[in-house]
Amino acid sequence: MTLPIFSPTDDPGPNFMATLARTRKNDSGSYWWNGSIDSAINERNGIPAHLANWMGDTLAGRIRHGTTIIALRYKDGVIVAGDRRATEGHLIAYRNMEKVIKVDQYSAMAIAGAAGPAMEMARLFSTQLEHYEKVEGVSLSTEGKANQLGQMVREHLALAMRGMIVIPIFAGYDIQAGSGRIYTFDVTGGHYIEEEHAAEGSGGRNARAVLKQLWHTDIDRDAALALAIEALVEAADEDIATGPPDILRGIYPIVATITSAGYQAISDDETASLVSSLYDRLQTRGEDGKWRWSK
Amino acid sequence: MTMPYYVSPEQVMKDRAEYAQKGIARGRALVGTSYDNGIVIVAENPSRSLRKISEIYDRIAFAGVGRYNEFDQLRVAGIRHADTKGFAFSRNDVEARSLANLYAQYLGQVFTHEMKPLEVEILVAELGNTPQSDQLFHIAYEGTITDEKGYAVLGGDAEVVRKRMTEAYKPGWKLEDAIRTCVKVLSGPDRVIASSDLEVAVLDRSNGERSFKRISQEEIDVIISPKKSARSKPSSEK
Repeated sequence: MTLPIFSPTDDPGPNFMATLARTRKNDSGSYWWNGSIDSAINERNGIPAHLANWMGDTLAGRIRHGTTIIALRYKDGVIVAGDRRATEGHLIAYRNMEKVIKVDQYSAMAIAGAAGPAMEMARLFSTQLEHYEKVEGVSLSTEGKANQLGQMVREHLALAMRGMIVIPIFAGYDIQAGSGRIYTFDVTGGHYIEEEHAAEGSGGRNARAVLKQLWHTDIDRDAALALAIEALVEAADEDIATGPPDILRGIYPIVATITSAGYQAISDDETASLVSSLYDRLQTRGEDGKWRWSK
Repeated sequence: MTMPYYVSPEQVMKDRAEYAQKGIARGRALVGTSYDNGIVIVAENPSRSLRKISEIYDRIAFAGVGRYNEFDQLRVAGIRHADTKGFAFSRNDVEARSLANLYAQYLGQVFTHEMKPLEVEILVAELGNTPQSDQLFHIAYEGTITDEKGYAVLGGDAEVVRKRMTEAYKPGWKLEDAIRTCVKVLSGPDRVIASSDLEVAVLDRSNGERSFKRISQEEIDVIISPKKSARSKPSSEK
C-alpha cells in the first residue's frame, strides 16, 4: 500500500468510492462497485453475455437472499425492522441474518435481496458516510445520504439484471428538520421519500398491508414497535421466505429506533416480550367473536 | 552558455532543512499526551474550522503543524489509507504504525527528491488498551519518525515547550490535569491562551468504537478556569 495522495486536479475529494477506484486501478481484481459486472464476469472469465444470463438463472438457487424489511415513522423518529431468515431457493440458508444495519449515528439501512452484494453495499455505504464525515469535518445531510445510496443501487444494476437484485430501505433522523425520514429505492437507483412507512422484500406486500391498516400519524414508540412486530409476523405467516420469531432458538426480528438520541437497537428481551404479547392477542377472540387468526 | 554552479549535496540538504524548519517555526506548537483513560491533543489554533487535529480511524488521531494545505493533504491521505484498509480487510487491521511509516516514507521522499520540502511536522496517535500501550508517532519534515513515550511536542518553539512538558508531565494523570498542564506548557509563564484559541481533542477508551472526540470550547472553559464557569455543565461535540 502506498500513501493515497493525488494531485489537486485528480483528487477524489470526500468520495470513498472514487478513492477506492483510484487506489485499485492497478490491482488485477475487478470489483462490482468499480464499474460494470459484465466486464468483471465476462471479460475475466471469457463468458459470453447470453451464457452469463443463463448462469444468472441457474445460480439463483445458490445465492442467499434476505427477505422482509420494514420501516415506519413515529412520533419521535423512525423504526426499522427486519426478519432474520436468508434463503437459497426453497431452502433456509441462514437463521441469524441481521438485515438492519447501523450506518452512522443517525441512520440505518435495511436490506432485502441478494445477501452477499447487499451486505457489501451496506459496508461500502457506511464507510462512505464515515469517510465523508472525517474528510469534510461534517456529516452528509439525510437527503445526501439517500442520494449516495441511490447511486450505489444504480451501480449495481448490471448484477440486478442477473437476478441479484438488492433493494434497501434507508431510514434516518434528520437533525435539521427534527423528524424521521424513510427512503425506498428501485433497481435503477431512484429514491423515493416515504411519508408514513415502507416495506420491501418477499414478505413486504403482507407487511405493508398490516402497516396500512394500523399506522396512524401520532403513533407512539410502544405502539409503533408492536406494529412493526405484527407486520413482520403477518409477513412470515404468508411468505415462506420470511422467518417468524424463532422462540425455540431465541432468534427475534432485529428492530431499531432512530431518534434525536441516535440509533438504538431494541434488545432481544424487549422484542421477545413484544412477540409474546402479540401471540397472546392473536390467540384470543376479538370483540366480534372471531379469532384474530383463522385456523 | 553558462555552466550551473556546483552545490554540494550536504549544502542542498542543509538549505532544505533550514527552509522547512523556518516554515514550521512560524506556526504555533501542539502537545499530545497520554492520560489515564486515553490520549489528549492540545493545539493553539485560533481557527474554528481550519483544524489541526483530526480523526483518522477508530483509535487513531492525526495532528499537524506548519503549512495548513500541506498537512491537511497528509491528513486526508491518512483517512483514505485507513478507510481503504479497513474496507479491504477488517477494522481491527488498521493500525497507526503502518500509517506512520507511510507518512515517514512520503516525507523523506519529498525531502530528498522534490524542489521544496514539506513544511510540516505530524503526530499520529493510537489508543491502546492501557496508557502503556498508547502510541505517539512524531514524524518530522524530512521523514524522521520517533516513537514518543508519554507525550509529544510539535511545532514552533518546540524545544522550549518540550522542556516545560518534561518537567510537568505525570504518567497516568487525569484528563482535566493533562489539559490544564498542556495549555500552560504551550503558553509559557508570560502569557495566557484564551480558550477560543485552543483546539482540543481526545481518543478516549470510554468512547466506544470510534474513540475520537473533540472537546468543545465550553468544556475547555470549565476545565481551564473552573471557578469562572462552574455554572455551565460540560457538553460534548463529536
